[in-house]
Amino acid sequence: MKLFRKILRTGVITEPPPQPAADVEHLGMQISELIRERYRGSLAIRMVDAGSCNGCELEIHALNNPYYDLERFGIHFVASPRHADMLLVTGPVTRNMETALKMTLDAVAEPKLAVAVGDCAACGGEFGVSYASLGAVSNVISVNAVIRGCPPTPLNLLQGLLAVLGSHPSGSGR
Amino acid sequence: MRFALHEHLNTLLTDAGIAVRDLAGKPPCLHIPVARWTATAKLAKEAGLRLVAVWAAQEGEGFAVHAAFAHKDHGYALTKTTLVVGTGAFPSITPHYVAAARMERVIHDLYGLTPDGHPDTRPWIKHEHWPQDAFPLRKAFAAATTMPRVEGRYPFIEAEGDGVYEIPVGPVHAGIIEPGHFRFLAVGEQILNLEERLGYVHKGIEKAMEGRDVMAGARLAGRVSGDATVAHAWAFCQAAEQAAGLEIPPRAAALRAVLCERERLANHIGDIGAICNDAAWSFMHMQCQRLREDLARLHRRLFGHRLLMDCIQPGGVTHDVDYDGIGLLLAQTRAVAAEMRELYDTYENHTPIRERVIDSGNVKTADAAAIGLLGYAGRSAELDSDARRDAAYAPYDRHQPRVAVCRGGDVAARLWVRFTEIQDSARLIEILLRDLPEGETHTAWRAPWSDACGFAVIESWRGEIAAWLRLAASGAVDRYYVRDPSMINWLGLELAAREVPVPDFPLNNKSFNCSYSGHDL
Repeated sequence: MKLFRKILRTGVITEPPPQPAADVEHLGMQISELIRERYRGSLAIRMVDAGSCNGCELEIHALNNPYYDLERFGIHFVASPRHADMLLVTGPVTRNMETALKMTLDAVAEPKLAVAVGDCAACGGEFGVSYASLGAVSNVISVNAVIRGCPPTPLNLLQGLLAVLGSHPSGSGR
Repeated sequence: MRFALHEHLNTLLTDAGIAVRDLAGKPPCLHIPVARWTATAKLAKEAGLRLVAVWAAQEGEGFAVHAAFAHKDHGYALTKTTLVVGTGAFPSITPHYVAAARMERVIHDLYGLTPDGHPDTRPWIKHEHWPQDAFPLRKAFAAATTMPRVEGRYPFIEAEGDGVYEIPVGPVHAGIIEPGHFRFLAVGEQILNLEERLGYVHKGIEKAMEGRDVMAGARLAGRVSGDATVAHAWAFCQAAEQAAGLEIPPRAAALRAVLCERERLANHIGDIGAICNDAAWSFMHMQCQRLREDLARLHRRLFGHRLLMDCIQPGGVTHDVDYDGIGLLLAQTRAVAAEMRELYDTYENHTPIRERVIDSGNVKTADAAAIGLLGYAGRSAELDSDARRDAAYAPYDRHQPRVAVCRGGDVAARLWVRFTEIQDSARLIEILLRDLPEGETHTAWRAPWSDACGFAVIESWRGEIAAWLRLAASGAVDRYYVRDPSMINWLGLELAAREVPVPDFPLNNKSFNCSYSGHDL
């Protein structure tokens, strides 16, 4: 009973309808619309950390907290690339992750999207290009879009996802 | 920063007939003849000292191997030995300190110096596709070198017998987490052995530090492990400030601690939820993720960053808090602590979760002490260590933490320590903010007159971070070595996993929550 009391007292905290276009609900509705049209209501994402500091992962995690509740818009994270429509790739790609990243992308069925998440994935970030780091994700696999930020906030991520879905009708024809 | 152990160790070694040279100064260091390096480790072990870290650095054309030790009552001591130019080996201390095993393998990988007497000389960070003769941390190796890929194989530990099978997991894991490889040997459901294979997120952080100015160095340090960005940036800055003989204003020290304790709150709360989620209790997960998000939002509002990145800089902190800010921080901290007390009560009375966590993944006290397990992993196995108290760095010299120690060494004990630390962090934040010294939050950085070293330890939410920095005469970073607590605590997970069935592994893994990035550098 204590559990139910706590749940009731907590109530629904999912963000209420907003005015400016950068709000969770607004972005979410647009994303949800695109997913309904182009992905039959469900977009599956496989997240691959190719060398990040774990900062981006924390913010991607946050998308699933009850404030953002990403699943209500039809997006869910899956455990296998075989089930995925999209890869979210974080980090500068390390030399030691290069093969694993390529293999993961290969395991995703066509049509597929690859999105580089975070400044490191965009350009190598603080780590740059070195003997150990290959820098931007696009140096290793072809990428459909980039979401910047160190790390990108959950709102940046939502805006980025919306932009990707808007500009790529159901997967790239790579 | 307390270095009283320096004198104790000096006496101990001198009494044993070792020709120690006392390199006084800041930080003080004992120079040990290379022939007595292993004997020194043996004496230190017998005297009950904990090994903090072993690392190497280039000195001119030659190399030096460094080791740091700690003792609860005396703080820290640094030692080093210089290798004769041209020798490609150094004596291993792994026979006396298990925790040195991987650190010495890393020295082997990145410097090409062989640890003599080491029982396991397989490469560690240097994966099988690296050329054998690439030693990135040697000064002659250019950071931008492109290494060709070569063929190779990593020999995992094998087991034979009826019904023994292997489960390879990773490097890409089934979740929103960092990459690494786990090789399980199992019989039926029971794990016989877990062998970790890490290094997948090796980004060359130590090499990338070379030549940076301290401001850029602090930014990179804050990305050694993004979930502990405050603690890592603090460790770097404290080492730099020590090297430069720079005193930071008391207000800056207090604010650093407030940020660090808030980071502890956020991670402990997030992880408690995630651990429960791994036992299919999503109620706790949702509650904790909600509270974690509340913390992140206030951080963004007051300090400009949800995870508090780049808020700590050499010389101080980037943001001051005004009266309203203090009010918001106090109110939220109190509210979150109260909710976590309530949630602890719920957790303690929720039988399904208790059944999963009690007696799962025990690490025995003797084993924990043998590897020098850190943070909540160590404290849950009766190891009473906390760098905030033992190193007594400001502001913890004035505001001591109440160190939460318990017995058990299982998932439940690790959870208990974290629940308890949430309350103590809230208490510390309250005291720090109520007693916030007036004045500046920043002192202008000035580089030391000549080359200089600094050694700092910071208790991150995960455990003790140890950092050693050498600045060149130009003021740029010459060498930065940092040991994340994960370097040691990954060994604890291997021990814990031997006690559990395969489906309980994720629960145990999350209860340690070691950093891959902090380990791999």
